[in-house]
Amino acid sequence: MAGAAGAAVDAAGLTAWVTEFARLVHEQRDELTRLDAAIGDADHGANLDRGMTAVVAALEGGPADDAAAVLKTVATTLIKTVGGASGPLYGTFFLRAAGALDGGDASAFAAAVRAGLDGVAARGKAEPGDKTMLDALTPACDALDAALAEGRDLPDALRAAAEAAAGGRDATVPLVARKGRASYLGERSAGHADPGATSAALLVQAAATALAGGS
Amino acid sequence: MTVGLVVVSHSRALAEAAVELARGMLPGRELAVGIAAGDVDGGLGTDATAIADAVTAVDGGDGVVVLMDLGSAVLSAETALEFLDDDQRARVVLSPAPLVEGLVGAAVVAASGASRDRVAAEALQGLAPKQAHLAG
Repeated sequence: MAGAAGAAVDAAGLTAWVTEFARLVHEQRDELTRLDAAIGDADHGANLDRGMTAVVAALEGGPADDAAAVLKTVATTLIKTVGGASGPLYGTFFLRAAGALDGGDASAFAAAVRAGLDGVAARGKAEPGDKTMLDALTPACDALDAALAEGRDLPDALRAAAEAAAGGRDATVPLVARKGRASYLGERSAGHADPGATSAALLVQAAATALAGGS
Repeated sequence: MTVGLVVVSHSRALAEAAVELARGMLPGRELAVGIAAGDVDGGLGTDATAIADAVTAVDGGDGVVVLMDLGSAVLSAETALEFLDDDQRARVVLSPAPLVEGLVGAAVVAASGASRDRVAAEALQGLAPKQAHLAG
């Protein structure tokens, strides 16, 4: 059952997750900026890289024995340092996840990220198909829940979630943006992957990598 | 006490100038107005924790009206509410008014001791004089 690999979702596991996310954002920084230059204001890669670099520094300095506190630190650091819309959006994701985290097993993690997803949707007043980070996060959470419900362990379920997030990201290419600055471009926003969905897919990929151990 | 005002902008210079313009309407009058603008390095950006701090600083118990510019300023102002306790959150109104016109209107009635809802309503009316003038 899913609980067998659940030990990974503690403060250390969550720190490993966001640290891996920071590494991927840094690695993909120019690609995120290139996508944002096509349909937005060309700051997503730089903003998120700055924010996640600050997150890693904050987690190195703070106590790592409380899993919810790790997520709260991620939230407040992103809110303070990102500046653009991805600050309050990713900040809300981690803030709501921190508030919902109850326990250290796979189902607790799934419930926390679902709460984060709901927070992003409420904050951005967006829904799947609007060409936003929700287009990666929503199928990822659905795949995670479905895999856990089938009795698959957390690493396996997170791999399924990462595949679903990547699929959701790719599916944003033909979409016309309906939220944020890209929406001003109308039809011209079609033809490029959404930068928010692209970074959100990295977040899920990071979870699959960092929380794969211990099974 | 008077109702507190908070100005949220991507630009600190823009926020400070808007406050200066509003204060110019009120020489010698007391006005509780806070600014949460710019990113930590002084560049363009908004920070929900700074907005929450500014709200707390101007909240004397009679309520706070938050005026903001656009885009992520709105998302950050909404996020800021999550950092307040329930009692304080209930005293805060996020105004959809245009920043400069709304602030000037709100400042004038706030300085006169009007209620929070009256201040928020005045902010919303901020565009009316300009619209009436240009329509005439």
